[in-house]
Amino acid sequence: MQSQNFVLKFQKELCETCPTYDCLTRCQYLNIDTKTAEREIRKLLNGEDSFVLHECVTCYACEEYCKRGNHPFYLITDLQEKKGILPAPKPIVKQWVNLGIPDKKDIPHFYGAEEPVISLCLFPDFVNSIRGKLFQGVSIVLGRHFFCNLVYLHFGKPSLIRERLPKIIENIASHGFKEVVFFHDECYSTFTSYADAYEIKVPFRPVHLFEYLYNRLKELKDEIKPLNVRIAYQRNCSTRLTPQKEHYLDKIFELLGVERVERKYDRENALCCGGIIRGLQKLDLFVEVQKKNVEDMKNAKAEYCVFNCPACYSSLAERVRKEGIKPIMLHQLCKLALREEPR
Amino acid sequence: MDKIYKALAEIVGEEFVSNRKEELYIYSRDSGLSEPRFPDYVVMPRTVEEVQKIIQLANKEKIHVVPAGASLSLSGLTIPQKGGIVIDMRRMDRILELNRKGRYVVLEAGVTQGKLQAFLEENAPDLCHSLPEAPPSATVVGNLVIHGQGNLTQAYGFNSSMISGLEVVLPNGEICRIGSCSLSPYWFSIEPLPYLAGLFLGWFGTTGVITKVGLRLYPKKKLRDVELFVLEDPKLVSEVIYRVTHTEMAEDITTVAQPYPLMFQGTIMIGIYLTGDTEEELEFKRRLIWSSLSDLIKAKEGGFMALTPDMKVGLLEKPMSSLTRSADILKGGGFVYCGAIIPIEKFPEALKKLFEIAERNGVTFAHTGRVIGRGHCMMFAFAYPFNRADLESMEKAKRALFDSYVATLEIGGVPWKPGAEEQKLILERMDKNSVELIKRIRELLDPNKIMNPGNWEVEL
Amino acid sequence: MSMELHRCFRCGWCKLPSDFVDYNCPSYAKFRFESFSPGGRLWLIRAWLNGELTWSENFAKILFSCVACKNCAEQCKMRFKDEIVDWITSAKSSAIEKGLAPPKVRDFLENIAKHGNPWGLPRAQRASWLDLNKFEGEGDLLYIGCECAYEERGQKMAKNVIELFKVAGLSFGTLGNEEECDGNEAYMLGELGLFQELASKNTQKFKELGVKKVITISPHAFNAMKKYPDRDFEVLHFTQLLLELIQKGKLKLSELDLTVTYHDPCFLGRHNGIYSEPRKILKSIPGLKLVEMKRNKENSFCCGGGSGNFVFDLLSGSESPARLRVREALNTGAEILAVACPICKAMFEDAVKDEGSDLEVKDIAEILLSSTKML
Repeated sequence: MQSQNFVLKFQKELCETCPTYDCLTRCQYLNIDTKTAEREIRKLLNGEDSFVLHECVTCYACEEYCKRGNHPFYLITDLQEKKGILPAPKPIVKQWVNLGIPDKKDIPHFYGAEEPVISLCLFPDFVNSIRGKLFQGVSIVLGRHFFCNLVYLHFGKPSLIRERLPKIIENIASHGFKEVVFFHDECYSTFTSYADAYEIKVPFRPVHLFEYLYNRLKELKDEIKPLNVRIAYQRNCSTRLTPQKEHYLDKIFELLGVERVERKYDRENALCCGGIIRGLQKLDLFVEVQKKNVEDMKNAKAEYCVFNCPACYSSLAERVRKEGIKPIMLHQLCKLALREEPR
Repeated sequence: MDKIYKALAEIVGEEFVSNRKEELYIYSRDSGLSEPRFPDYVVMPRTVEEVQKIIQLANKEKIHVVPAGASLSLSGLTIPQKGGIVIDMRRMDRILELNRKGRYVVLEAGVTQGKLQAFLEENAPDLCHSLPEAPPSATVVGNLVIHGQGNLTQAYGFNSSMISGLEVVLPNGEICRIGSCSLSPYWFSIEPLPYLAGLFLGWFGTTGVITKVGLRLYPKKKLRDVELFVLEDPKLVSEVIYRVTHTEMAEDITTVAQPYPLMFQGTIMIGIYLTGDTEEELEFKRRLIWSSLSDLIKAKEGGFMALTPDMKVGLLEKPMSSLTRSADILKGGGFVYCGAIIPIEKFPEALKKLFEIAERNGVTFAHTGRVIGRGHCMMFAFAYPFNRADLESMEKAKRALFDSYVATLEIGGVPWKPGAEEQKLILERMDKNSVELIKRIRELLDPNKIMNPGNWEVEL
Repeated sequence: MSMELHRCFRCGWCKLPSDFVDYNCPSYAKFRFESFSPGGRLWLIRAWLNGELTWSENFAKILFSCVACKNCAEQCKMRFKDEIVDWITSAKSSAIEKGLAPPKVRDFLENIAKHGNPWGLPRAQRASWLDLNKFEGEGDLLYIGCECAYEERGQKMAKNVIELFKVAGLSFGTLGNEEECDGNEAYMLGELGLFQELASKNTQKFKELGVKKVITISPHAFNAMKKYPDRDFEVLHFTQLLLELIQKGKLKLSELDLTVTYHDPCFLGRHNGIYSEPRKILKSIPGLKLVEMKRNKENSFCCGGGSGNFVFDLLSGSESPARLRVREALNTGAEILAVACPICKAMFEDAVKDEGSDLEVKDIAEILLSSTKML
């Protein structure tokens, strides 16, 4: 119902006059040449069916590839939903839809929380790691009342995001929070990129974990023991929506004394962790993407693989470990440099 | 002093016999919802000869005898319905022989699942037995005697069909061996002799006391993994099972349907366990299984769930502690279930009945199931948690449980390990000549009617 | 008592170690009736509190033969696992309060209250054997504890520790005859009043003397002191300090050609999570081969002496936990069973004799001392 109020800010003419069609030609999974791209984009702009809608692996990358500030990925997801195209099987989508329904049990998690406040989204397992010098005096909130719902971009159900988001925003605002640090990149991207694209008002300042960590590490600079290790960084999908905060990351790595190895699949060329590809039941592609990614880390002689997103960690850590590379979450890497137990 | 107590103490030593009210209290009940019934004595023999003497004494004194393992059936099968002596078999806990090349072990009746699992881990790490999802404190023989299932049941049938030899004390006190061990030092096979093992399996201790068993072991691969295939339409479950069993690539196939956590509501999950000695073997099997279901995936009717490492740890735990933990769902220390053995195509009907029963009785529920053989049948559990401190909750669960037994029979299934009351439901519906045969066999074997009376009791 | 005893399903995970090799609840392993398992015990306590069962000698045995080894809490799969030992302790407490405890248990507690030790021996005898300066505000306080003060084998263990500390040049003293019982068994038997009294006496005395750091010989004392309310001193088990001394090079170790197996005391291990220090000490002795029993660390099988049973011993007999454990130690092929607790030491020395075995029971300090003396 409310979702109908929010319409994507999309400038058709930007695409019509696009000289490169980067959104599709740079896609790492669909192998589209310029000619095909032009044809398929036209279909998408006209709201027609396109193989792109059926075969998209929902890695979000086209949002980043578009340098003209348009929203190709959001357009794709809206069209998928409009046409009833489900990227994943129905029961899988159902489970994800169920997952985000707020439940009474979630409420107590944020009673009494005071700023500075960090939202752990739906990752209660990390509660114990949000401790120590880095997080001194920080309140934790988590649960479905804080769940950004952006995950439905993967499942052809973006209207659910728009339906649930105002309530989530209202909930956060009603606690009087002026700023919320988001542990999960996807949350941050929701309250910035997605909300902006659909003109959903956000009455608080979303702070990315990178920004928080960077500022805190600067304060603790004297206590940092440089790690002197080579790390590969695993970018997650939603970071494609908000690349503007990426600069913090290199600064963090510099403070920690780690070397982000030069490799083929980093930055804009990063590969998906594979989790969602498997979730969309593309087993062969999943195996291939993980293999390419991890081999690339190995070739670059990375000792650690640093994750920003718990979901990426969940899908890729075991694989990375098997290849002799240590998987670690970014905030845990920071804790290592502060000589604290990572967990 | 009480003469039976004294006689028992002479057989097993005074330390191992009790008629004290605390032991009688504990052995009068199990963790399910059956009415408590007090034994007169509890005794713990160490050898087959001691068991023999106990049975001889019972015949002489015309006192009832109930053999018990860890009493974890949840359906009261070791509760002495008519009093008497409960024989706790768990002091007979020696593993007597491992024949590695012949892939079998010989063990005493009190050996726990955990002990056998640990023994194999140490002495034959490339072999395993079919481990049920019971707590590790459950006994191996307890599971066999009720036709239990385990993680290898999908491949090899009921655990009771993995028996390669038996030693039994008959109701008259004679010690009897069954299978190759009756004429040879080796316990490798029950067949090809007259199939006497059937006289003792599924009879719940009404035809004798099993004291030793030869049990088949199977290859244990180095790696194990699990996939959960998710469906919404219960009608597709038997099709999925048919396809996956056809690949012969799965070790174990289980089913789960439950309303909580919310994420699972309205879906059915089929757990497919894979094993392999190498990553390549595992991947090969995985691909065959995925491709056997590719058209269902393409039609968006079903798909494989993304499992987090934590979920995998829980699902791959052997045995799974989460099943035990479900007794704490209502913070009430209990659950009961009716394990219906049904043809796999009856899954949708059984699930519908489960929803109806739960709603009618106002109880929460869960379903777990396990494929038996190559889909020859399955165990479909109608499970209900209850709160031991809340009589109403116990009553409701009890009613739901009874309804589930009735439902099982209505859909043409056979209840697994039914309690004394539910056995009556089965006997009422059973072919009269079969019932008569049961009666005659019991009369023949147990003329003094001492063995676990109240169970499989035919009142014609 | 705010107990949720009804939540126990009596599934039996609690009876076993994590790898299921054998029964790991000492009283169940010994008695083998389900009533003596943790689940059976909880169900019986519930029945007693509900009035379904009346008190009896057998029930007293079931209750007080729980040695509080904490295996049940370690292995239980339910969310209430951490409360199990407290539930049993509360039941013991109720029984004592109602005057129902067996005479041996009653005497045990009365002796502690009156004489400061469970045997009712004179206070003047506490340190009569001890040739050591009293603590006068300098260095650390070595807390001897009842088992070491009055029991011959404990005394030997204390002497070994003292000698090692001297070799390392440590500045320390004891309280001599003024030492009070640490109160651990009072706590585990649910005599919280007595425990608090002892805790406050000890804390007060430590404060008066300016004690900053207490080194205990017994893990039981270590456990009790960690629970003292208003504790403003540091408490260490002697193995923690010995490892530190070795690491700092204060103890020079020479080769010992020995095969040793180490038994984790429950109050050092499961109750306080200290598993590695004693092992590191043993491994630091050149030539010494440390072999593990099947059940070790979190899965260690208790000697059967906890919760007062080293005195009132409800678990004695041919299948006593101590004797079962000695058999397990023998299976490793070790010549020495190393211990870090005076109670374990006494329990095992008796068990070794009863078993007619040539296994030697030695405390870690004794082994370490012979390594320093070899130089």
